[in-house]
Amino acid sequence: MDAQTIIAKRIAQELRTGMLVNLGIGIPTLVANHLPPGVNVFFQSENGLIGTGPVPEPGMAQPRLTDAGGKPVTALPGACTFDSAMSFGLIRGGHVDMTVLGGLQVDQQGMLANWMIPGKMVPGMGGAMDLVTGAKRVVIAMQHSAKGRSKIVKLCNLPLTSVRPVDVVVTELAVITFPGGRATLQETAPGVSAQQVIDATEAELVVPQHVPQMPL
Amino acid sequence: MRTIPVEDAVELIPDGASIMMGGFMGVGTPERVVDELVRQGKRDLTVIANDTAMPGVGIGKLVNARLLRKAIVSHIGLNPETQRQMIAGEMEVELVPQGTLIERIRAGGFGLGGILTATGVGTVVEEGKRRIDVEGKDYLLETALKADFALVQAFLVDGVGNLTYVLTARNFNPVIAMAASTVIVEAEHVVPTGVIPPDQVMTPAPVVDYLIANG
Repeated sequence: MDAQTIIAKRIAQELRTGMLVNLGIGIPTLVANHLPPGVNVFFQSENGLIGTGPVPEPGMAQPRLTDAGGKPVTALPGACTFDSAMSFGLIRGGHVDMTVLGGLQVDQQGMLANWMIPGKMVPGMGGAMDLVTGAKRVVIAMQHSAKGRSKIVKLCNLPLTSVRPVDVVVTELAVITFPGGRATLQETAPGVSAQQVIDATEAELVVPQHVPQMPL
Repeated sequence: MRTIPVEDAVELIPDGASIMMGGFMGVGTPERVVDELVRQGKRDLTVIANDTAMPGVGIGKLVNARLLRKAIVSHIGLNPETQRQMIAGEMEVELVPQGTLIERIRAGGFGLGGILTATGVGTVVEEGKRRIDVEGKDYLLETALKADFALVQAFLVDGVGNLTYVLTARNFNPVIAMAASTVIVEAEHVVPTGVIPPDQVMTPAPVVDYLIANG
């Protein structure tokens, strides 16, 4: 299983029927492909849609039914559409049960940086700051390292997305949570030891005696 | 509401005007108005919108034609030309969190001085802003946004100017329609007055100034 699939499959286990869920672009989008059988959630697209369905069949795109990247999607029965003020009222107002976002860095206190690299990449924060500030649960889907450097750091040196700590980080190596503001190893991926995670992580990790394996 | 040709509508917009535009990555942007802005070569515009779309699409056409002095937007990640002009100092870009941007516009249209939001507290977004404690929680004071013109794309318009929008093309459109001195609408379909049921009207007719004529 490749890194992205491990991450997406593990995060999909967090979904429960009836949740309102917002998926960011990149790996988070893949979570929708791994919904466990029998689980039905509402996917929100922040451009104004709840009930986002799969990509349309060829030739069946409706140009005014799109995701947050402007790409055609479908709407499932029971979907609804609304303007951007309502969409962010849902997000900021605590009505979104879970958001899954990509990350550039998460530090050992659970702070997230995911919207710019000064001087290199300035795409804009879009809805990320509102999502991290307002969603009930914030899940970060990212690879453990980039260019050989741990993305789980002691202290973010990139601009923060929010001062609200994230709840969970899922990488291809581990699941990490932040009880009491301290990065804690919750699970390791199949075939990965706790020591391998520690070695691959810049942040100081709290490692319990027994670290279970990710259910996939 | 008056119905006028697109050429006449765009002639109302002077160089240096501030314009709010509907659209999310180009979906829900009034393309005929955009094309006419480019044709007439309007200069030094300030655009307030969700994003600058992509090169060759919606607001991306205004960027390509170098008509913008400033963009107040939440996202430019899909438009490398906007990023290039920003880094080269040819265009000013003010990045605003999306929920804050739409709410600042809503405040402008709804007669409010601004809004309090927790989004951005403790980040670079806070720079230069007042932090206000309300019952033990910190918020930023984000001021209202208004513009000279709102360029709206609607789905249906009736004979008096009531509007509906369709699916995800709604986005910023009904909100900007409240927040500008002059509201110009491009609609996909003109329908007889009475065809839109009262409880399905999304923008009430009295806020609409001009409708772009068909053809």
